[in-house]
Amino acid sequence: MDLTLAILVTVVGASTPILIAALGELVVERSGVLNLGVEGMMLIGAIAGFVVQFHTGNPYLALLCGALAGTASSLIFGFLTLSLSANQTATGLALTIFGTGFSALAGSSYSARPVTLMPPLFPAEMASHPLAKVVFGYSFPIYFSFIMVVAIWYFLHRTRAGLILRAVGENDQSAHSIGYSVIGVRYLAVMFGGAMAGIAGACFPLLLTPQWAERMTAGRGWIAVALVVFASWKPFRLLAGAYLFGLVMTMELYAKAGGGPLSVIPSELWAALPYLATVAVLVLISLRRDASTNAPACLGKPFLPAN
Amino acid sequence: MQFRLEKRREPSQVMVYFTPFAAVVLTMVIGALIFSLIGYDGVGAVREIFLTPLTNAYKWQDLGIKAAPLIIIGVGLSIAYRANVWNIGAEGQYVIGGVAGTGVALLTYGMTGWWVLPLMVIAGILGGMAYAAIPALLKTRLNVNEILTSLMLTYASVQLIYFLIRAPWKDPMGMGFPQTRLFSEAARLPTIIPGTIVHLGVPIAVLVGLVAWFIMSRSLFGYRMRVVGAAPQAARYGGFSENKTIWMAMLVSGALAGLAGVLEVAGPFQRLVPGFPTNYGFTAIIVAFLGRLNPLGVIIAGVVLAITFVGGEVAQTTIGLPDAATGIFQAMMLFFLLAGDILIKYRIRRVGVQQTAGAA
Amino acid sequence: MPHRLELTGITKRFPGVLANDNVSFAVRPGEIHALLGENGAGKSTLVKMIYGIMQPDAGEIRWDGVPVVVPNPKAARKLGIGMVFQHFSLFEALTVLENIALGMDSKIPSRDLEARIRQVMSTYGLLLDPHRTVATLSVGERQRIEIVRALLLDPKLLIMDEPTSVLTPQEVEQLFEVLRKLAAQGCSILYISHKLHEIKALCDTATILRGGKLVDTCDPRQETSRSMAEKMIGAGLKDIVRVGERTLGAAKLVVSRLSTHKAGHFDVPVSDVSFTVRSGEIFGIAGVAGNGQNALLDALSGEIRSDDKEAVSLDGYPLGLLDTTGRRKRGLCAVPEERNGHAAVSDFTLSDNSVLTARDRLGMVMLGLINSGAAKTYTGKVIADFAVKALGPASTAGSLSGGNLQKYIMGREILQKPSVLVVSQPTWGVDAGAAAAIHQALVDLAAAGSAIVVISQDLDELRALCDTLAVINMGRLSQPRPAGEVSVEEIGLLMGGVHGAAEAHDAVPA
Repeated sequence: MDLTLAILVTVVGASTPILIAALGELVVERSGVLNLGVEGMMLIGAIAGFVVQFHTGNPYLALLCGALAGTASSLIFGFLTLSLSANQTATGLALTIFGTGFSALAGSSYSARPVTLMPPLFPAEMASHPLAKVVFGYSFPIYFSFIMVVAIWYFLHRTRAGLILRAVGENDQSAHSIGYSVIGVRYLAVMFGGAMAGIAGACFPLLLTPQWAERMTAGRGWIAVALVVFASWKPFRLLAGAYLFGLVMTMELYAKAGGGPLSVIPSELWAALPYLATVAVLVLISLRRDASTNAPACLGKPFLPAN
Repeated sequence: MQFRLEKRREPSQVMVYFTPFAAVVLTMVIGALIFSLIGYDGVGAVREIFLTPLTNAYKWQDLGIKAAPLIIIGVGLSIAYRANVWNIGAEGQYVIGGVAGTGVALLTYGMTGWWVLPLMVIAGILGGMAYAAIPALLKTRLNVNEILTSLMLTYASVQLIYFLIRAPWKDPMGMGFPQTRLFSEAARLPTIIPGTIVHLGVPIAVLVGLVAWFIMSRSLFGYRMRVVGAAPQAARYGGFSENKTIWMAMLVSGALAGLAGVLEVAGPFQRLVPGFPTNYGFTAIIVAFLGRLNPLGVIIAGVVLAITFVGGEVAQTTIGLPDAATGIFQAMMLFFLLAGDILIKYRIRRVGVQQTAGAA
Repeated sequence: MPHRLELTGITKRFPGVLANDNVSFAVRPGEIHALLGENGAGKSTLVKMIYGIMQPDAGEIRWDGVPVVVPNPKAARKLGIGMVFQHFSLFEALTVLENIALGMDSKIPSRDLEARIRQVMSTYGLLLDPHRTVATLSVGERQRIEIVRALLLDPKLLIMDEPTSVLTPQEVEQLFEVLRKLAAQGCSILYISHKLHEIKALCDTATILRGGKLVDTCDPRQETSRSMAEKMIGAGLKDIVRVGERTLGAAKLVVSRLSTHKAGHFDVPVSDVSFTVRSGEIFGIAGVAGNGQNALLDALSGEIRSDDKEAVSLDGYPLGLLDTTGRRKRGLCAVPEERNGHAAVSDFTLSDNSVLTARDRLGMVMLGLINSGAAKTYTGKVIADFAVKALGPASTAGSLSGGNLQKYIMGREILQKPSVLVVSQPTWGVDAGAAAAIHQALVDLAAAGSAIVVISQDLDELRALCDTLAVINMGRLSQPRPAGEVSVEEIGLLMGGVHGAAEAHDAVPA
């Protein structure tokens, strides 16, 4: 029972940052923009969150600053791709390279200095019973991620603003000719994606390893991008995908910890598994008949008004 | 007074060549400013990173051996990116190239003969191609995004090195260090200038760049890459199969990344170590763009990026600038370059207030 | 009573072009007012300024007698201006209801909106299911969405930009009924077209533009088609010159039971198409856009290869399994409808664009290397022979105007002396001068013994050009008929999917 519970908690912890980052990217892509800089924005969010947590010990402030740092970095991407219509693929890569370097520079004086992990949201008494712990035992980002799944679904499919966002991603020229600000909508989406990536990054020092390590997100941002494809741009499928990956990563942790049947397989293979699983998942989704039909029609294409 | 973008009748060739230089200069200026603002010696940092490697003749050999893999990989990527094939996993193909070369070196350990090194190189090229073939297969058969697959395979390739040097290929005399044994003489890349560390990979890199330039600008292969990248539907109309082009682009870029990997493991490293994945594969992406996806430009861009690497090390020792600063300078270069791209197809016009209201 | 809309001295300048030069005219309430002109005459620019998409550099717009500035389409709609675009501003993946909701400036609960949509639809006889996804609708149905969207705002002025280019003659008649009904209720209509017979049938007034300038405002019912055409084009019309009595030769292109697979989600494949084109014959294929024309062209050119080698044959030699290069080598050349990105690469020079399709027939590649001198010489010849306005072979395709690019593309194929040429929409969006030159070139090529297939939506063009006519509808081809023996009405019914005389009789609109 205890072990199951412990595994569950680990799975939730590993899944949450991927889910949050992927939700942000989903909204960005639905507006027709492909931001491949998620990994870089996450690292910037991670270092911002870490530094604030280190100096203030206030994890909520740390999350907020992670979100702000992520947003700020997404604005670089937004300015280049939206205002200057630069190539989105290349700019996203540049953002990841930049985020890696920036976070490493900012974090260079913080190595091996621990911070405290984020405490659970609810009082300990509420989570005293093991079953209650499954529901009430987590810290804020976990609940936040679940709320955002529902909120983003509701936004996209039940609100006018969401309809406009989808319209911009489907056919930018038409949206423009009706009178919507394509660039404006996309800026907002990109900033939202940046904020979510920043929060996701801040989750690493706050939830997973309470210290700063260079490249501590270890490709999770890229997995988040892949998950959006896997989920056919649908928030609830993203939830399923993120937890599938959380499970794979948890198995890796247990395998590394040694013992049990998992350690028969070399630990390096376990470490490679999330990435290989991503490839496998992309292959599986491509086998489906309607694989790419859900992709926003304008995804990745720069917008310039025709007239 | 406000500015407005205005489409040019013809794309500006001047801007194609001018913007990369402007990007480098802007990076130096803005970089100095930013690093000063955050409390470093900004001007010193720019001087050490961009100028010292050039003025200090002792550093030139470092430049050569750092530029070589960047150029070789960058040339391959520039060909693939021309065709709109986004191979982001050159780092992984570089790693597998190095691993394949190491495999041959270990199999032939202790043997002598001129054939060992060429065999390693062939193995490295094939290794890189094989690893690039996976995303190519998935892209052409199942339309799986090559950006994500090639990148994920990179992460996996690093784990493969860790596994190999921890268990089957571990140096028996290595006192427990996770590394292979030192290659025997026949498996090491010779230096071409006695008394320096400049190895055969340097002239190979320049040759690769020149040959690629000729092929890309004069041959039907180059035309195919350009037309598929510029207008896939027109390419089909012209009789160029898109899938075949994806395969070619992936295999060529994978082969060159693999070549860089095997030259690196046989040259500077001479054994496989955990630090073998040096991110050349990622930096080469910047090299390809800064070189305007033109192999000759890639040669120059490869040297520029090599300068920042060598200079970054200098700045680390002389003014205590953290290693990561190099990455920031490199990313800034790419940002400025991408920002400048708009000047190729558009010109900036100053417009009066009245007309601005009209343009809104 | 003041004019509904009055333009005075409207001027709009683009880099290198004066799109509108001091244009003034007025529209009364309830008037159907035609805006007539060739492609590039400045019609679209003018209405974009009325609808707030662009701003005039000089001049005044008055609305119900009051000077106004229309900063954006939203402001235009607020004034009571509705617009139906030539290229629909629809979102394929969204439903009819969602599409209409996007066009509304205020948030209306979707149930109320649906009720209002149904009401407008029944008033004007525009039937549609609000919950269908746009991607599944025909072009005519899509236009109905645009019209319903505009009508929901109770417009006082409705702008229609080339609305009939995608409709069958019967659908055109239905549209005119709707427009007349609207006008009778006091809504002004600004009707943009270059189709003279439509304007004569529908409009009260016509304003004619040429080269950005206003040429004349007249009553189209008092004018002849020819007199309006001459005002529009500015010079006497040139007729196609045919070489005496021609006799058609032996069968050259034989298409036999050609079918394609459904490729994309929204793609219309062709099924079981058979026809024969003889040497010297121009074979026309009419049809409403989106009925499989693209698939047919691709299947003939070789972009889509057949499983059956006999599906397409030239002089008895089977081409079905070959790709475009293989078919070109055998003498079959093709020109697709879309110029930019399909028939030509905008970012490439004209010289490089010649390599795209002429490299094999004209020996521009040796041992894998491109002979750029040969490409340049050939391109120069195309430019000279077809009077392409370009700086030279080194100009990029994207720098040419639509008409000039089309002349270049047609020239590039025709000068290869193909024994079969398949062209789609040869004069789409091309000015009259260029269109006449292209038509003449096709007639001359046929006279030299080639077999030609012209796929077009422009019935006037096909009737002027072709010896034989067939109609494509939902991917199926009707029985070919000699062009002289078939009436517009018959073609129209076939375009609407009605085959056979009995059926045609029942389907005549009541």
